[in-house]
Amino acid sequence: MTTDTPSVTNAMTNPTRPSALYRLRLLAGRLAPHLILIFFTALALFPIVMIVVNSFKKKPAIFGHPFALPNAETFSLIGYNTVFSRSTFPTYFLNSIIVTVLALLLTLLIGAMASFALSEYSFKGNTLLALYLSIGIMIPIRLGTVGILRLMVKLGLVNTLVALILVYIAQALPLTIFILTQFMRQVPRDLKEAARLDGASEYRIFGLVVPLVRPALGAIGIFTMIPIWNDLWFPLILAPSSKTATITLGVQQFLGQFVSDWNAVLSSLTLAMLPILIFYLIFSQQMIRSITAGSVK
Amino acid sequence: MQLKRGRKSFPTYLVVFLAPALIIYTIFMVYPLLNSLRLSFYSINDQKVETFIGLQNYVTLFTNSNFAPRFWGALKNNFIFFAVHMLVQNPIGLLLAALLSAGGRGRRFYRTTLFMPTVLSVVIIGFIWQLILNPLWGVAESMMKLVGLGSLFKPWLGLTSTALVTVSLISVWQFTGIPMILFYTALIGIPEELVEAGRVDGANGWQAFWHIKFPLVLPTLGIVAILTFVGNFNAFDLIYTMKGALAGPDFATDIMGTLFYRTFFGQQLQLGDPNMGATIAAMMFLIIMSGVLIYLFAWQRRVQTYEL
Repeated sequence: MTTDTPSVTNAMTNPTRPSALYRLRLLAGRLAPHLILIFFTALALFPIVMIVVNSFKKKPAIFGHPFALPNAETFSLIGYNTVFSRSTFPTYFLNSIIVTVLALLLTLLIGAMASFALSEYSFKGNTLLALYLSIGIMIPIRLGTVGILRLMVKLGLVNTLVALILVYIAQALPLTIFILTQFMRQVPRDLKEAARLDGASEYRIFGLVVPLVRPALGAIGIFTMIPIWNDLWFPLILAPSSKTATITLGVQQFLGQFVSDWNAVLSSLTLAMLPILIFYLIFSQQMIRSITAGSVK
Repeated sequence: MQLKRGRKSFPTYLVVFLAPALIIYTIFMVYPLLNSLRLSFYSINDQKVETFIGLQNYVTLFTNSNFAPRFWGALKNNFIFFAVHMLVQNPIGLLLAALLSAGGRGRRFYRTTLFMPTVLSVVIIGFIWQLILNPLWGVAESMMKLVGLGSLFKPWLGLTSTALVTVSLISVWQFTGIPMILFYTALIGIPEELVEAGRVDGANGWQAFWHIKFPLVLPTLGIVAILTFVGNFNAFDLIYTMKGALAGPDFATDIMGTLFYRTFFGQQLQLGDPNMGATIAAMMFLIIMSGVLIYLFAWQRRVQTYEL
């Protein structure tokens, strides 16, 4: 953790003895940022904590003492029992994992291949192709929903996970290719030329380059994965059947049905948050570092 | 690298590398988008025969008594939704970024926690806030009583006058982390010497921020604004989760995304209409494209002079 800025330290060791008022102002100046940050941090955490804490309580305690932690008397897992016995959460969960993992892996593979071609070879239409592929960065794929649903009906892919995977790949490719192309350009030429002299095929060289952009792949992976996992729109439109519903859609429908069963609602919200929160807590430093990487202090 | 001259064979590998991305992107993104735009100029009858009707769908959208009030209402609401984000989310994001970039203890903890709501699903956020604001549970009301504002509590989500702003603020609550982290990135990239030079010239922290740092984060402000714009005019999940496809009460929270969904899929007595849906999507496309073009040509060019 960094220490305070030098200017503050300088002021503190000022030879002339600062007046009480000045010291008070200095103290306030140092505390105020923390107070503001603590306020907003509490604001960010409070609703989430309320849900998690109350999901472990009996119904009278949820309403009677919403701010209290569960104790021996009020502790209850009844909500979780309801969720596990009455819903198909495991199926939803599995669907989400299949869709997210496959879409992610294919996006990274296909995106890396295209980025490699765009960064490595100069051919006619290279710039135009890069431009064509980058249009999708700013245009949300949702705007093509009418066309996408038609296409999926024609292809017989409605209510299949394949439909979701294909759409998510198409959605993620533009930004993936845009970022990866820039990273691949930075891979040293000598390495590739040496391999070529040794008679390596272009596919072999691609295999050499990919591990060198691993950090970029990781960052893109994390940022591709979260919107896919959290998406409601396409599961709702392309694959709403109970067999293909993802966790986000499943939670949305489940909560709609059990709206009056507070134990079940709180438990299912907690369960739905858990995987993404664990994932975030593991990767948060990497995530934030990958955004701020451009400006190292 | 230049393709080796004299190599006669067609560069098959080029096709192998590019084809999968091009095919998937073209078939599942570009083609449906263009097809949607095309469908907005057609109508379909019961025999599934498509007829070209020119701009008739647009005329219907702007003037028909069933569509026009909903369209203009959703458009207006969407601009309010966007304005709340610009006026609340982005200034708070900048404030938090400025505080974080000043260093100090616990920076990593604050940063991690403040960014956390952004990674959660909008569906979860919607339900969480519905519970927190629910008068039955009374959590929000008790909190307000604690600071002596209990009498101000109202079921904000249920009132036509407050529902839209409430939903907007919930979205702000979730996404403040994004402008925060983008501004933070820009702020920590500013060379220390520049700020020190200002300090030597007698600028205090406040002046140093507005006169030295702020002009340097203007390009980021542009990026934040356009990301907010595109995100807001494409929003759907939160309102669908909290207020359903009808975006109640009395369409008070109806934005372009919910109007699009409702028109395309139908609701209650009204049947879904893919062509009118496509027309609304085309309008969203136009709005988003205008925003992007304004950003690219007006903002970015003007701001370039400020860059280091």
